[in-house]
Amino acid sequence: MLREITLGQYYPTDSVIHKLDPRVKLAGTLVFIISLFAFGSIEAYVVATIFLAAVIMISKVPFRFMIKGLKAIIMLLMITVIFNLFLVQGTVVFKFWIFQITREGIKTAVSMAIRLIYLIIGSSVMTLTTTPNDLTDGLEKALSPLKKLHVPIHEIAMMMSIALRFIPILLEETDKIMKAQQARGADFESGNLLQKAKNMVPLLVPLFISAFRRANDLAMAMEARGYHGGEGRTKMRPLVYKSRDKAGYLILLGYFAVMFAVNRFSVLESLLFGALGW
Amino acid sequence: MGIISAAKLAFDYLKLDENGNVESKIRAVDGVDLDIKAGDFIAILGHNGSGKSTLAKHMNAILLPSEGTLYVDGKDTQDESKLWEIRQTAGMVFQNPDNQIIGTIVDEDVGFGPENMGVPQQEIWERVEKSLRSVGMWEYRSHSPNKLSGGQKQRVAIAGVVAMRPKCIVLDEPTAMLDPNGRKEVIRTVHELNRTEHVTVILITHYMEEVIDADKVFVMDAGKIVMQGTPHEVFGRVEELKSYRLDVPQATLVAHQLREKGFDLRPDILSNEELVEELQKYRAAHGKQRIEETKTCQSE
Repeated sequence: MLREITLGQYYPTDSVIHKLDPRVKLAGTLVFIISLFAFGSIEAYVVATIFLAAVIMISKVPFRFMIKGLKAIIMLLMITVIFNLFLVQGTVVFKFWIFQITREGIKTAVSMAIRLIYLIIGSSVMTLTTTPNDLTDGLEKALSPLKKLHVPIHEIAMMMSIALRFIPILLEETDKIMKAQQARGADFESGNLLQKAKNMVPLLVPLFISAFRRANDLAMAMEARGYHGGEGRTKMRPLVYKSRDKAGYLILLGYFAVMFAVNRFSVLESLLFGALGW
Repeated sequence: MGIISAAKLAFDYLKLDENGNVESKIRAVDGVDLDIKAGDFIAILGHNGSGKSTLAKHMNAILLPSEGTLYVDGKDTQDESKLWEIRQTAGMVFQNPDNQIIGTIVDEDVGFGPENMGVPQQEIWERVEKSLRSVGMWEYRSHSPNKLSGGQKQRVAIAGVVAMRPKCIVLDEPTAMLDPNGRKEVIRTVHELNRTEHVTVILITHYMEEVIDADKVFVMDAGKIVMQGTPHEVFGRVEELKSYRLDVPQATLVAHQLREKGFDLRPDILSNEELVEELQKYRAAHGKQRIEETKTCQSE
C-alpha cells in the first residue's frame, strides 16, 4: 500500500525526455499546469491530452507507472467531483429528491477531475524521467538569482534531494515497523477513522526516532566527505543547455500558443451542450 | 611520526541539563597513545562501549579531543583551518550503508566527495570510474543504491571515500549490518585497496575473522588500548582476550583448548589451515595414537 507513491521514483530508461535539461522539464511541468488551469474549454483539454500522451510516448516510461500516483489522490478526486457536481448552482439539468445537478456543476466537476488527474500525471512524468538530484540541480540553477536576496537556495535544494532519497527508505521502514507491530497483534485496518489514527501512534513514534537517527548519521557522513555548503563546490553534471533543450522550450511555447488559440475560439462546448439539449 | 598519531588522547561525552550546564561526563576514550605507519592495515578491536568508534571519529576530525592531541598526516585535528584537508586525508566509512549514501544513483554518490572538494568536472568522472572499478561496482554505476545489497552498498560507500584520494581510510564497523557474504565482499575489497593502492586502512570491528590478516591489531577496553601487536601475538593470549569480552577465531580457540589438555601446539594459530598444518605436524611427531585421542577430544 505504501509503495504506490511514485513521487521521487526515477524510472531509468533511455529517452529524449530523460536527457532533457531538468530546467526544461520544470518549465514544461509549470507551463502544462498553468495551461490546464488557465484554459477550460474542451478543445484545450483535447490539445493538453495530445501533448501529454505524446510526451509519455516519447518518454518510454510504461503508462502504469504514471497512474500509480493517482491512487494517492483518489479520495480527494472523488470528494472534489461529488461536491462540484451537487453543490454548484446554475441551470438545473437533473433533479432527484434533494439533489440537483446543474450544467455548471457538470462542467466544473469534469474539468476539475481532468485538471487534477493531468496535474498528477504531468508531474509524475517529470519525476519519473528526472533523477531527484537532476531535479534539485535544475531548481537550484533556475532559482539561483534568489541567492542575491540571501535565500539559501543551495541548502534548500540539498534538503530536497536528501528528502527525496530517503522517501523510499522511510517507506520501507514504515512497512517493516507495521509488519513487526502487526506480528505482535497491532491492528491498523479496523475501527473508525479516529481509532485508525490512534492506532498509528505506535507506528509513528519509532519511525520518527529512526528518521532522526538517520538524519544524524547522514549529516556526519556528509561532513566526513567534506561537505561544507555550496561554496567552492563543483558539479559532476553541470547544467548546460544543448540544442534539444532549446527545441524543448520552443515546443513548450508552441504548445502554450496553441492552447491559447483553441481556447479563444472554442465552439465545441456550446455545440455539445446544445446537442444534449441542456 | 606515522600517518595517524595520538598522544594521551581523551574524549568526554558531556551530558547537559536544560540550561546547558555540564551535568555529568562519560569518558569514552581515555589516554590513548597510537602511532600508525602509512600503508599498514590496522585493526581496532573492542567490545560494545569500548570507545573504538569514538576513537575512529577523531581520526576524521568529526570529534575533537577533550585532552591530548591527534595528528593526521602531520596536521593537528584541532587546527580548524586544516579541517577539510584532514577530512580529505582520512576518509571514513560508517556502519549503516543506507545512512551514508547521499546520491540517488551510484555514480552521483561516488562523485559527492570530489564535488565538495571542488575537483574539476572532467577529473571527477575519472575518479568516479577509477574508484568504482577498484571496488568492483563499475557495472552498477547507473543503478539506484536502494536496489543494491548491503555489501554492494558498503562497497559504493568505500568507492565514495576512495574517490577523494585519501591516504588513509577509517572503517567504523563497516560489516556490522551485513550478512556473511557481504562481510566477505567488503573485507576483500578493503584488503585489495590496501595492497594495490597502498592506502592505510584502519578497520574497526568486533568480528575476529576480519582481523586475522591485519598488520597490527589494537584491542580497546573501557576507552584504553589494552593490547597491541600482530594478530599472532594478540590472539595467542586467549584468556586475556576473554577478559575483555572478546572471542577468538574458532581455530585459535580449538588450539587453545587442545593445549590446555596437554597438546603441545603452537600458541598463535589463527586460521583453519594453520590448525590443520599444526595438527599434521603433531601427528608426524607423536604418531597416530595421540591423534585418535585428539579426535575424541574434539568430539567431546
